[in-house]
Amino acid sequence: MLSLDLSFYNWELFTNYIVKGLLFSVQLTLLATVGGILIGTFLALMRLSGRPALVYPATFYVNTMRSIPLVMVILWFFLLIPMLIGTPIGADLSATITFIAFEAAFFSEIVRAGIQSVPKGQAYAGEALGMTYGQNMRLVVLPQAFRNMIPVFMTQTIILFQDTSLVYAIGAYDLLKGFEIAGKNYGRPIETYVLAAAAYFVICFSLSKVVRYVQNRIAIIR
Amino acid sequence: MSLDLGVFCKNNLDGEVVEHCFSALFGLAHNSDPSYLDWLMKAWVWTLSVAGLSLTIALILGLLMGTLRTLPSSSALNKFLIWLSTSWVELFRNIPILVQVFIWYHVIPAFVLPLKALPSYCLVSIALGFFTSARIAEQVRAGIQALPSGQTAAATALGLTTAQSYRYVILPMALRIVIPPLTSESMNVVKNSSVAFAVSVPELTLFAMQAQEETSKGVEIYLAVTLLYALSAFAVNRIMNQIEKRSRVPGFIVSTDASLAH
Repeated sequence: MLSLDLSFYNWELFTNYIVKGLLFSVQLTLLATVGGILIGTFLALMRLSGRPALVYPATFYVNTMRSIPLVMVILWFFLLIPMLIGTPIGADLSATITFIAFEAAFFSEIVRAGIQSVPKGQAYAGEALGMTYGQNMRLVVLPQAFRNMIPVFMTQTIILFQDTSLVYAIGAYDLLKGFEIAGKNYGRPIETYVLAAAAYFVICFSLSKVVRYVQNRIAIIR
Repeated sequence: MSLDLGVFCKNNLDGEVVEHCFSALFGLAHNSDPSYLDWLMKAWVWTLSVAGLSLTIALILGLLMGTLRTLPSSSALNKFLIWLSTSWVELFRNIPILVQVFIWYHVIPAFVLPLKALPSYCLVSIALGFFTSARIAEQVRAGIQALPSGQTAAATALGLTTAQSYRYVILPMALRIVIPPLTSESMNVVKNSSVAFAVSVPELTLFAMQAQEETSKGVEIYLAVTLLYALSAFAVNRIMNQIEKRSRVPGFIVSTDASLAH
């Protein structure tokens, strides 16, 4: 029977190996969330526009992304981007582009559901006031839709933070990689995997508590 | 740019074109070396095996944990079971699947020695099964809570025990409600089985990485692998739709999205 010895774990290890990985994971999560929501909103508006030339490409994009494993999407982008632009790019940049493109599909589904959750009467009222489609979306529908969506966005961001660990497939230096390299260099792989799990758990569990709090605070009472 | 699908007929040892693409699998040429197509098909079988075993584990544990979470907190035992199932869900859904795979592959066998005898695909399936069971438990809980409370009240009024009311009243209806979200979780299991590459299970993603490196025909290899993943997920979707149709209770209309119902 083995026992866990965590005494090797000190401040030096933390600053040398973990911080760099954590920063990359957080940066990747934030960029993918912001980029994903922006592009996802456009995709959702395309799908709801009712014009076939916009609906079909957006639907195809979203369904394709949703039916491929994320690891394969990461590998595809890592293969295709250098082929298209002619020069190799690093794993970090490739991962960032991949996650923005991949998450856009998932955020677009959330935005679409959010827009559809706004009662039809709101959009009709906007039209009755003489607003254009753009004004109606910007001033009436989207503000309410986004308010409904905030808890779901946050939940998706937690999932996204967990998914960033999959950049392992192309060797980017994220939080998991930081722990793994520390474990190899200190000869303590077992303990570092446990610590990695604990770190992810603490971060994701705390964030999910925040989501629950926000969910209760933000609900629109009709 | 054109696709060079001939790569799949090449032998994966020296890159020569083999006589029969499907040599090894169909026994067409006993002595020839396996082609990339053979390797691809074997990888597909590995993916389906991991996904199938994971889904079995996930469904059993997910149904159990999801049901336990909805127990009435009437006794100390029930309170313990609720605590246990709630902790289960929080633990397994707040750790990334890849980290859980590493824990099951590197850490747990070091403490539980009999697990060392298990092949890595079993360990990956346990990891993926436990991870998915937390998500299925949430769907099952939502499905049970979506039932009108009159159902439970009626069962109690008839004198059924808690176990009986779950067995005869609540679960038969709740399980039908959760089929649509279970369909998408089942498709997720097929997709998530790709993490098995990290512990060297020779499934589709590992095939994609290795064959891409050997042949430099990345687009063709990735395209084939991606199509097989999509095909597998689609097949799971069709099977679940059939189950949903066959198990439908005539005249009983359920809200199709159990996750919105609570």
